Amino acid sequence: MKFTIQVNTSPYHSNTGLSAYQFICAALDQQHEIVRVFFYHEGIYHAFKYATPPDDEIQLVKRWSELAHDYSIDLVVCISAAQRRGLLHSDEAQRQGKHDNDVADGFRIAGLGQLVEATLLADRFIVFG
Amino acid sequence: MKRYLFVLRKPAHSGVYLQEMLDIILTTAAFDQSVSILWLDDAVFQLKNHQHPEIMGMKDTAAMFQSLSIYDVTDLYIETESLQERGLALNALSLPVQALHRQEIGAFMQGFDVVFAG
Repeated sequence: MKFTIQVNTSPYHSNTGLSAYQFICAALDQQHEIVRVFFYHEGIYHAFKYATPPDDEIQLVKRWSELAHDYSIDLVVCISAAQRRGLLHSDEAQRQGKHDNDVADGFRIAGLGQLVEATLLADRFIVFG
Repeated sequence: MKRYLFVLRKPAHSGVYLQEMLDIILTTAAFDQSVSILWLDDAVFQLKNHQHPEIMGMKDTAAMFQSLSIYDVTDLYIETESLQERGLALNALSLPVQALHRQEIGAFMQGFDVVFAG
């Protein structure tokens, strides 16, 4: 089955993002396909490259990056939600006269059309948060 | 084409929640999909007329929904009990919405391909 997943909560506000991550791992384990994971609202905080939690806590940003690398999962962050909250990739930062690339490995920034497209391609769409 | 139902449940001024929900609702409509909206719980306050949020430096959420008709989003639903529990009636709202009873909601949702929880 093809799943599209949306994550709406930040990593430290609730465990919903972690539940999404665990759901995706379980789905992949059972040979399901993940069309796309879309980070919206406060969910964009999962994509901050410089999040540096203490070593004894779950490194969720790193886990997402590893998941994207290991399974070629498409992790997409909503551009308008990201900009609003100060998450910019290098091209956009340059355009806005700002510095830096804050987007963690394995994530890409794109528009809401990518979410609509992913819901059209999937058999099931699940919102976390 | 798929049939989308956007379910709104949060009150009028919950950060930028409503602005961002409206963005995805209008984007979906721009993709020529069938779009319906259902207001439940405290979300019914979003449609209340005569808001004065400018006093607090915020946007009038009822006015924000005027853009729906430009995108031909006219299938609008509200839960009767959510209104009643908050002392509101249909004539206090800014949009022509169809009222559904709580016991009908489950079967109503079955009629959609995608239920977008917001």
